[in-house]
Amino acid sequence: MSEKNIKLSVKNVTKIFGKNPKKAIQLLKEGSSKGEILKKTGSTVGVNQAAFDVYAGEIFVIMGLSGSGKSTLVRTINRLIDPTAGEILIDGKDITKMKKDELRDIRRKKISMVFQKFALFPHRTVLENTEYGLEIQGIQKDKRKESAIKALKLVGLEGYENQYPNQLSGGMQQRVGLARALATDTDILLMDEAFSALDPLIRKDMQDELLELQNSMEKTIIFITHDLDEALRIGDRIALMKDGEIVQIGTPEEILMNPSNQYVERFVEDVDLSKVLTAGHVMKRAETVQVDKGPRVALQLMKKLGISSIYVVDKKQTLLGAIHAEVAKEAVEAGKGLHDIIDPNVQKVTSDTLLTDLFDQVSTASIPVAAVDENSRLLGILVRGAVIGALAGNNETINDIDQARAEAAASQLKGGNQ
Amino acid sequence: MEGIIPKLPVSKWVDLFVDWLTVTFAAAFDGVSNGLETIVEGIVTGLGYIPFYIFIILLGLVAWKLSSKGIALFTVIGLLLIENLGYWEPMLETLALVLSAVFLSVIIGVPVGIWASQNRTVKQIVTPVLDFMQTMPAFVYLIPAIFFFNIGIVPGVVASVIFAVPPTIRLTILGIHQVPADIIEATESFGSTTGQRLIKVQLPLAMPTIMAGINQSIMLALSMVVIASMVGAPGLGADVYRAVTQIQIGKGFEAGLAIVVIAIVLDRITQNIGVKKQGGNM
Repeated sequence: MSEKNIKLSVKNVTKIFGKNPKKAIQLLKEGSSKGEILKKTGSTVGVNQAAFDVYAGEIFVIMGLSGSGKSTLVRTINRLIDPTAGEILIDGKDITKMKKDELRDIRRKKISMVFQKFALFPHRTVLENTEYGLEIQGIQKDKRKESAIKALKLVGLEGYENQYPNQLSGGMQQRVGLARALATDTDILLMDEAFSALDPLIRKDMQDELLELQNSMEKTIIFITHDLDEALRIGDRIALMKDGEIVQIGTPEEILMNPSNQYVERFVEDVDLSKVLTAGHVMKRAETVQVDKGPRVALQLMKKLGISSIYVVDKKQTLLGAIHAEVAKEAVEAGKGLHDIIDPNVQKVTSDTLLTDLFDQVSTASIPVAAVDENSRLLGILVRGAVIGALAGNNETINDIDQARAEAAASQLKGGNQ
Repeated sequence: MEGIIPKLPVSKWVDLFVDWLTVTFAAAFDGVSNGLETIVEGIVTGLGYIPFYIFIILLGLVAWKLSSKGIALFTVIGLLLIENLGYWEPMLETLALVLSAVFLSVIIGVPVGIWASQNRTVKQIVTPVLDFMQTMPAFVYLIPAIFFFNIGIVPGVVASVIFAVPPTIRLTILGIHQVPADIIEATESFGSTTGQRLIKVQLPLAMPTIMAGINQSIMLALSMVVIASMVGAPGLGADVYRAVTQIQIGKGFEAGLAIVVIAIVLDRITQNIGVKKQGGNM
């Protein structure tokens, strides 16, 4: 995606279900809530003035809980549901104003759709299902067979051409659904909870495969899901919906770091931290002394802080070693510099070490373990109590809990099985 | 007996209406009458040319192919019994009557059902008409049928069609409406025309239900054969009717038994047509 071309532009799309859409729209514009409108007009607001752009080649996820209007919204994009108000531009053309035959042409050549419950034709074989979109365009038999077989190959269903959908597992059925949508080679792919009916392991596989496919195809994908996990995994950008409204649009990172919605907040809170917490999350500020200072300064510092040893760094904060109080006292008497008395054999770990991996080290060390970066610069120290506390699930010892959770959530999504 | 509101002259209106129909559409009714008569008699003569044993073997094979071995056996034994009792000729006439009535029911019923399934207004008009057709006692429209088509097999066929067509229409509508909404959405999302959606998706998926409707139509048409015989339709019904009027209990039972055999054979054979076509369950 070198240049961001707007492929699809949704402008203030509203869908009212019920008898009095005009009045309901009027009320919406005046800022009435969904509940008020239902009370006053008897109409339900399905989608409330949704507006977003989707760039060519991106996966745009629309996420929301059931009843949030996400499925209605995606259906307005190919007008399976006619929006009550608003515009939808595909390559600059407003499809809400199109006549039947123009719309049919758009559906045939520009947009295809994958459904939650697969919606395969049970009386047709896998191949015939995949061919359907081309068949109704009147494309010749051998040509459409060729395209269909190519699409089936893409989704890994070679050899299943002559099976019937009910002979396949759920995951395979949805592959057929995907192949059917790919066979017509449209630019835009609408995926309505496409993986929600699959069990979690298969779902993850399908997500990975979709991402892989997307690498080579560069389709514009609008993906609907109620699963934040899924949204964060596959979305280039995510739109969060609630009560028919889009409440936030952003990249997965933005959504996690700055959750504007309770649901996201709750999700971020629920992430299992113990698997992802690192030294960096629990380290405390380290008290250090610069190596060119004398032992007297070091001793003074230790006395003031009430500690028995202190880490020594150079001007660049590179960790050189530690100084123990008794040694420093002797050095003062003997008139030695800090250089001569540094104990270089200190325990150090990098700040991205997992807490579970450094538990042994921390529990046996005589002085707090040092956390360093890849250039050996001292970042902080690991106090035994804090490490154990964090591992035990005591969040108070974690530095920036929100940050940690967000990172944890993000890494869980990327790694998957860490 | 005179009430405050004078009795509505409904009977007079109907009489006038039927008179008007008879006069105005005389030519059309004659055409239909001649056409139907030719068809039914054609079937009877055609079937009559086939020696009974070949006919029995053929029907047995059809039963085996479409249903099961047991039904095939029943078909063969049942038909042999009919031949043995001496009802072969009337049985063929009844078969011709039923098959033409069903044929017409399908020709009329399936398109009407499809139309009604696509158009709400049509459905709202068709449904009460069907109720009317099914609940109005058959004798009532048998009489005007004589006016229109004379006595004989034709008014019998017409009365049978009126009685038998509703299930085909109803179940065609039902079958099409039963196709899951997401499958319809899928066909729409690929840009199907209404015709493509119907022919490629809705009708094939509705087929088992439509076949169940046709099966019901066959059964209803069969149940009309005795009533049809009252307006002069030949066949097993006429034998039953004659036996009843002459109080010949044994004869009546024989003819009735033949009707039962035909009914079971036709039912079992047609029951499985739609079901077997689709690979497994949905």
